[in-house]
Amino acid sequence: MTDVQPANKRRDDKVVIIGAGHNGLVCAAYLARAGREVVVLEAAAQPGGAAVTREFAPGFRVSACAHLLYLLDAQVSRDLALESHGLKMARSNLRTVALAADGGHIVHAGGKVESGPVSPADRAALADYHARLQRFARVMGKQHNRRPPRIGGGDRSDLLGAALLGLDIRLLGRDDMREFLRIAGINVYDVLEETFESPLLKGTLALDAVLGTNLGPRSNNSVLTLLHRMSGTAGGDYGAVALPAGGMGTVTAALAAAAQKSGATLRCSSPVARITLEGDRVSGVQLESGETIAAGTVVSNADPARTLLQLLGARHLETGFAERVRHIRSRGTAAKLHLALDGLPEFTGLDGALLGERLVIAPDPVYVEHAFDHSKYGTASPEPVLEIVMPSVHDRSFSPQGKHVLSAIVQYAPHDAGAGADARRGEFLERILGVLGKYSPGLRRQIVATELLLPADIEREFRITGGHWHHGELALDRFLMLRPVPGAAQYAMPLDGLYLCGAGCHPGGGVMGSAGGNAARAVLAAGSTA
Amino acid sequence: MKPEMNHKLHFRTAVYQTPFHPRTSALNVLNEWHRWKDYTTADAYFDETLEYAAIRNACAVFDLTPMTKHRITGPDALAFLNRLVTRDVAKIKPGRVGYCVWCDDNGQVIDDGTIFHLRPGDYRLCSQERQLDWLARSARGFDVSIVEDTHDVAALAFQGPTTCAVLKKMGLAGVEKLTPFGIGFFPFAGGELMVSRTGFTGDLGYELWIEPGRALALWDALFAAGADHGIRPMGTHALEVSRIEAGFVQAGVDFLPADAAVRIDRTRSPFELDLGRLVDFTKPVFTGRRALLEEQRRGSRYRLVKLDVEGNKLARSSYIYDRARNVVGTVTSAVWSPAAKTNIALASLKMPWGRPGDELWAEIYYQRELQWAKVMARCRVIEGAFFDPPRRRATPPADF
Amino acid sequence: MTKYDAIVVGAGHNGLANAAYLAKAGLKVVVLEKNPWIGGAAVSREIQDGWIYSNCSYVCSLLRPEIFRDLDLSRHGLQIVPYGGGVTCTSSGDILGNYTDHDVQRREFARHNARDGDAYHRYSTDVMRQCRFIRPLLLRTPPDPTSFRVRDIREMVYLSREFAKLGEQVIYDTIRFYTMSIADFLGEYFESDLVKAHLSGSGIIGTALGVYSPGTAYVLLHHYMGEVDGSSGAWGFARGGMGAVSKALASSFKSFGGEIRTDCDVDQLVVRGGKVRGVALANGDEVHADIVVSNLDPKRTFTKLVNEKDLDPAFVERARNFKIRGSSGKLNIALDGLPTFPALGPDNPLRFGDMHFIDSLERLERAYDDWKNGTWSKDPYLDLLIPSMTDPTMAPPGKHFMSVFVQYVPPKIHGRDWTDADRDAFRDTVVEQIARHSPDFKQLVRHIEVRTPRELENEVGLTEGNIFQGELTMDQLLFNRPFPGYAQYRGPVKGLYMCGSGTHPGGGVMAAPGANAAREILLDLRKPNTVPEGWTDD
Repeated sequence: MTDVQPANKRRDDKVVIIGAGHNGLVCAAYLARAGREVVVLEAAAQPGGAAVTREFAPGFRVSACAHLLYLLDAQVSRDLALESHGLKMARSNLRTVALAADGGHIVHAGGKVESGPVSPADRAALADYHARLQRFARVMGKQHNRRPPRIGGGDRSDLLGAALLGLDIRLLGRDDMREFLRIAGINVYDVLEETFESPLLKGTLALDAVLGTNLGPRSNNSVLTLLHRMSGTAGGDYGAVALPAGGMGTVTAALAAAAQKSGATLRCSSPVARITLEGDRVSGVQLESGETIAAGTVVSNADPARTLLQLLGARHLETGFAERVRHIRSRGTAAKLHLALDGLPEFTGLDGALLGERLVIAPDPVYVEHAFDHSKYGTASPEPVLEIVMPSVHDRSFSPQGKHVLSAIVQYAPHDAGAGADARRGEFLERILGVLGKYSPGLRRQIVATELLLPADIEREFRITGGHWHHGELALDRFLMLRPVPGAAQYAMPLDGLYLCGAGCHPGGGVMGSAGGNAARAVLAAGSTA
Repeated sequence: MKPEMNHKLHFRTAVYQTPFHPRTSALNVLNEWHRWKDYTTADAYFDETLEYAAIRNACAVFDLTPMTKHRITGPDALAFLNRLVTRDVAKIKPGRVGYCVWCDDNGQVIDDGTIFHLRPGDYRLCSQERQLDWLARSARGFDVSIVEDTHDVAALAFQGPTTCAVLKKMGLAGVEKLTPFGIGFFPFAGGELMVSRTGFTGDLGYELWIEPGRALALWDALFAAGADHGIRPMGTHALEVSRIEAGFVQAGVDFLPADAAVRIDRTRSPFELDLGRLVDFTKPVFTGRRALLEEQRRGSRYRLVKLDVEGNKLARSSYIYDRARNVVGTVTSAVWSPAAKTNIALASLKMPWGRPGDELWAEIYYQRELQWAKVMARCRVIEGAFFDPPRRRATPPADF
Repeated sequence: MTKYDAIVVGAGHNGLANAAYLAKAGLKVVVLEKNPWIGGAAVSREIQDGWIYSNCSYVCSLLRPEIFRDLDLSRHGLQIVPYGGGVTCTSSGDILGNYTDHDVQRREFARHNARDGDAYHRYSTDVMRQCRFIRPLLLRTPPDPTSFRVRDIREMVYLSREFAKLGEQVIYDTIRFYTMSIADFLGEYFESDLVKAHLSGSGIIGTALGVYSPGTAYVLLHHYMGEVDGSSGAWGFARGGMGAVSKALASSFKSFGGEIRTDCDVDQLVVRGGKVRGVALANGDEVHADIVVSNLDPKRTFTKLVNEKDLDPAFVERARNFKIRGSSGKLNIALDGLPTFPALGPDNPLRFGDMHFIDSLERLERAYDDWKNGTWSKDPYLDLLIPSMTDPTMAPPGKHFMSVFVQYVPPKIHGRDWTDADRDAFRDTVVEQIARHSPDFKQLVRHIEVRTPRELENEVGLTEGNIFQGELTMDQLLFNRPFPGYAQYRGPVKGLYMCGSGTHPGGGVMAAPGANAAREILLDLRKPNTVPEGWTDD
C-alpha cells in the first residue's frame, strides 16, 4: 500500500484551511497555537459551516443543521478554553420524550425512565442497555483523539495504535468484550427486539441509531452509528444531549474566537475554487474571485469527495485512490424543518414543562424501517420520523417575545429524489405537518413561517456532497483506518501538502472537533520531523 | 464489438476468425491453432524452424488482429495517457510509437503495451490484456474518449530483413524513410494503410494496420510482393523465439498483471522488470508514482535479468541458485537462440542477485527419450539484447 | 441396555460426518434420527414414482474435498457432477449468462456493458483473494478472542499472521467484504444494473437480508468459497440427488462400525450431576452415553433438546435470541417434458445451470421488503435448476425434475402460522413467474411439492426453516457462531457438543462443522485426532 506520509517540509510553511466549519476552526486554532501561519477561508459570510445559528424568518433564529450537541471533543474544549470564548450550555442532559399520539408519552434520560407506560422489565432493561452501551461508547470515545492505526502496513506507532485499540476492547472484560464483538457489526432493530417490549421505547431508541444516516433500524451498522453518537460527553455524560446557549453557532463562534486569538486569520465570503499545484505537491488555493493564495500546506474541512474530486480533481490523484474516494457513500437522507410559531405549541397529553426537551416521533421500529424503505428507491417517506427541539423554550435569543421556534430533523428525504425535487418540497412538507398534526393538532395554526432544507439544499448551502451531514456514511467499511478511504486515514492525503480535517475523516460526523485536532497534529508531526 | 459478438447467441461461436482467416487457414497445413482472446491464431503453419528463420533471414507475416486495441481521443487524451502510464507521453510526437507500462497505485505493473500517436491528439493504445475497465476508471476527470476497437482494425506483423524491400515493391512510396517507432500512412486499395516500424522480434520489421474489409487485399498484395523475397506466414512459436532473443517481456509469462494477482506478492514493478527507463518521475502525477518513488528509496525486491545458460539444455521454469545453493529466483522464459547460438533465459531474481558477474546456477530437468535427467548449469548475467542486429535501426533499411 | 461412547442427535450430513470421525477414532457411536430416512436437509426422496427430488438442498460446492477424500466418499458411492451455465432472464426477453469460458463470459457481460466485461476480471481476482484467505479457516476451530488459554492465543496469533500476510490493501478489502452490502460492493466494480442483479443473488440466498443490507457481501463469499475439483466457486450436482451425500457419509460411518437408528425421536437430553448421561426418547426409552452431539440447530438444541433447568438463564436467553430466520422456500416439480425458455433458444448450454428471472437490484430489494412486511415475495428471486438434464438418475428418460429455490419466504404470515391456502398462493406466485418465461411450463407440470418454512421446520427440524441453521451475519460468524464463548463446539453442559451448520463455518453442505466438532471431542477424550487438516494455498 502506498505510504501516504508526506515528504518533510519546512516548519514555517503557511497553512491554508478550506472551510471554517467546526473542524476547520479547531485545526486552525491548534496550528496557530503551534506558531504556524494560518488562513481559514470560508465560503459563507459567517464562520461555522453547518454548525451555525441563523435567522430563517424575521426575528426567528435557529441552528441551521445540527441542533443538539453530543460529541464536542472534551480535549478540544479544554485546550481551546471554549468557555472563555463564550460557549455555555442552555441545557445539559436533555430528556428524551418519545411522543405517543394518544398522549402515552415515555420520558427518559440517561437510561432512566422518568414517566410513561413502561413495564418494570423494560425499565430495568433500559438501565442495563444504557449502561452497557455507555461502556462500549467509552471505548469508541477513547479513539477520538488518536490517529487511526494502519493495519498490515505503517510503522511502529501504527502497531502501537492497533495494540491500544485492542487493549481498550480487551479491558471491557470478558462478557462485555464478547457482547461488543457480537453487536458492533449488527443492527439496532435486532438488539432492541432482544431487549425491550414497548414498541414506543424501541422506536425512539431506533431513531437514535439512524439519525443522519442512510440506514434503517434493520440495516447492519446501525449499532455502530448509535455507539458513535453516544461516544462523547458534551451533553453531560456518554450519550447525553445538550443545547448550547445561542445554538450551534455559539460553538463555532467560540472556536473562531479561539482560532483568531491564537493568531489564525479568518476570511469569510472567500469560496475556494480549486487547490493549486506546483509539480507534485500543493502550492495553495485559488479563490472563486480569481485570487490565489500560496501555501505549502492546504488542509480541507470540505468533505473528501468535494476536496479531492472537485477542488483538486481526480486527474491529480492516482487512479486507485481516486476510485476509492468516488466510492464514498454520501447520500444524505436527513432534512431539516424550521417552524416559526406564534406561541408555544401543545402536544396531546404532554406536560408543557417538557416542551423544552428532545421530542421524538418514532412510534415503533417498524415505522422507522418503513420510513427508510422508501428512501431506498429514491422517494421521501410518506410518514417520516422526527427529532424535535424547541430551543426558544430555554433561550430567548431564538425568537421574539412570546413566540417560538421548532427545529426538527426529518427522515427520510433522499438526496437523489430526482427531477422536480423542489416541486416535491411542498408535498413532503405537507406529510411532515400531517405527522406533527397527529401529536399536536393545533400546531399548524400557530405557524407563521416555514423553512424546509432538503439534502439538496444542505448540499447547496453548506457545500457538502450529497447533503450528507457526516461527510459520508459512517459504517464498518468506513470506520477508523478505513475512513475516509482505506489507506489514507491519517489525515495526510497522497499528495504532498494536502490534508483533510473534516467529518469525512476519523472519528466522523457530529459537532466534535476531534478530526480537526487530529489533522492539526498530523500537519505538525510532518513539519516537526524536518 | 462485432455485431455477431453482441448477439445473445454469440456463445455458438466461442472463437472467432480474423479477417485474414481465409488465407491463414489455407496456408496452415499443420492445422495447429490456439486461442488468443476472441480469435483463433496459428501456432505454426508448416515448420516453425523455417518460420523463425524467415524472421531473421527474409521476412515473415504474423496475424496480429487479436491484439487488444483502443482508440483514445479528446482534448485530454495526452493528459490522460500521461497519468495512466509511467513514461512521458508528451515525448511521443505525432507519427511516433512508444512502448510503455502502466501500474496500479502500488507501482505494480498491470500491463505493457504500445502507444501510437496517430495524428495530433489521436492515439491508439495496444495492450496485451484487456484494459477497458482500468482505462475507464483512469479516465474520470478527463475529457477523453476511449473506445476498444480491437475488432475494427486488422493487423499484420511483418518482420525480417527483406521487409522494407517488399513494402517498397508493394508501392508504399517513402516507407524506407520510416525510422524505428515511426508511423506512415499510405493509400491502399482505395483506402488507407497504416504502417508502423514496430515489432516483437527485435529485428527490422513493420506492423501493418488496415480496416477489416481490405484485409485480404493487403495479405495478397504483401505475398505477391514478397514472393521473391522469401515471404512466409509465421505462427506464435516462431514469434516466441524471436521475442525472447530480443529480451521482451510478456504479460502472464514474465510478469503477472497486478490486477490478476490473487497472491499479491507475485506482482512486479517496472524497476523489477528492468523497465526503469520507462519511469519518468519528472511527471508530477501518474498512477504508481508515489509507490515507485518509495521503491526507489527503499530498493526493489526483484530484478529481471537476461541469462546466458551454459550448455544446451533449456532452462525452462528452472530454479536459479546462488553459489551457496540457495534459491534466488526462477526462469520466466527460456529458449535456444538460433541467432546467437546461445542457451538463453529471462529470470526474475531476488535482490540483490543478478548483478553482472554474479555466480548463478540453473537447475535444469530435461528429458531424453522419456528418461529425465538433471543438470546444474552455470549462468552468466548479460546486458543488452541477446540478438540485436544493426539493421533493426538502419534508416533507410537495406533491401536484405 | 448398551452404553455408547457417543450419541449423535440427528442424521444430517454434519451429524453423519461427525459420527464417522468419532467412529473412525474407535468410539462406539449411534446416530439417532427422528425421520424414517436419514440426511436432514441433504436428502433425495422419491415422492413421485420415478422422480427423485432433492427436497431441500439441491446443489453442492462447499462439501470440503478434504473430507470427501478422507472419508473415502467416492468408494461409498458419492459422485459430484459439475454443471455449467446459469442465466438471468430479463423482463425484456434478453439474458445474462454464466459461461465457463473466460472470453465468452467477457463478451456476455460486455454485451450489456462494455466496461463490465473487463471489470469482471478484476472482481474475480478480488473475490478469489478472499476465498483463498477463508478456505484454510473452514477446518479450524475458531479461537476465543477473550481467552488467555495457550491454544486460543496460539490460534489468534495464527489468524493474525495469516491476516497480515494479505497485505494492507487486501486486509482493508477483507474488512469491507465482511461488512458491506452486496449492492454497494458490486457497485464498486460494475455499472450495469442487470450485471449487479445477476451477481447479487448469491448474497441473499438463504438470508433474511436484502441486497442493500450491509453484511450481504459476505453471504456472496460464502457461496463462492466452494469448488468442484479445484474449480473455485463452481457448483455441481450430487449424482442421485443430495441424499447421495448423506448416504455416502452414512456408509462411511457404518464402515467404521457405526450404528444409525431411524424413526427414533429424541425428546430430551439426560443430564445428571451437571454431566450429560444420554438422551431420553419420545417413546420413553433412554439411550446412554457420556457424550451427546447435537446436529440440531442451536436454538432447537437449547430450547427443545436440553431442559431449561440444566442451563444458565442468560444462556437460554442467548439461544432464544439466536438469529435463525426463515427466509426461503422451495418447489420440487416433476415435469412430463423439458420446458422451453424462449429467451434462451433451444440449444443454449446455459439451461443446464441455475436460472433466475429478476433483473434489477430494486426488484430484489422489494422482494426483501415483502418478507420484512410478513409475506412471501410477490416477485420472488428464484434459483431454478433442472438437475435431470445433467443427472439421468433423477427422472425417467424424457421426463424432468425441476428444483426451484425461492427467496424470500417468511416463517409466519403477518405474524400467524402458514395455512394450506397460503401455501397454494405462494406456489402460484412462483409458478406464474416461471410461466412468464416458459410458455409450455404449466402444461408439463405433473406434481409439485411445496416447501415453505413451515414444512422445512416440521420435517427437517430447522427452526423457522432457516437453511443455514442460523443467519450468516457478523454476530454469528467465526468466534461468534453460534454464541460468543461457545464457538468451539462445546455446549454449556459437560459432555454436550454441537456439530450442525449453526456452528463455524456455517451452512451449506460442507461437513466441516461435523468434522471440526469431532476433532474437539477427540481432544477432550485425549484420543488421537482423526479429522484431516485443511489443504492450504488452494
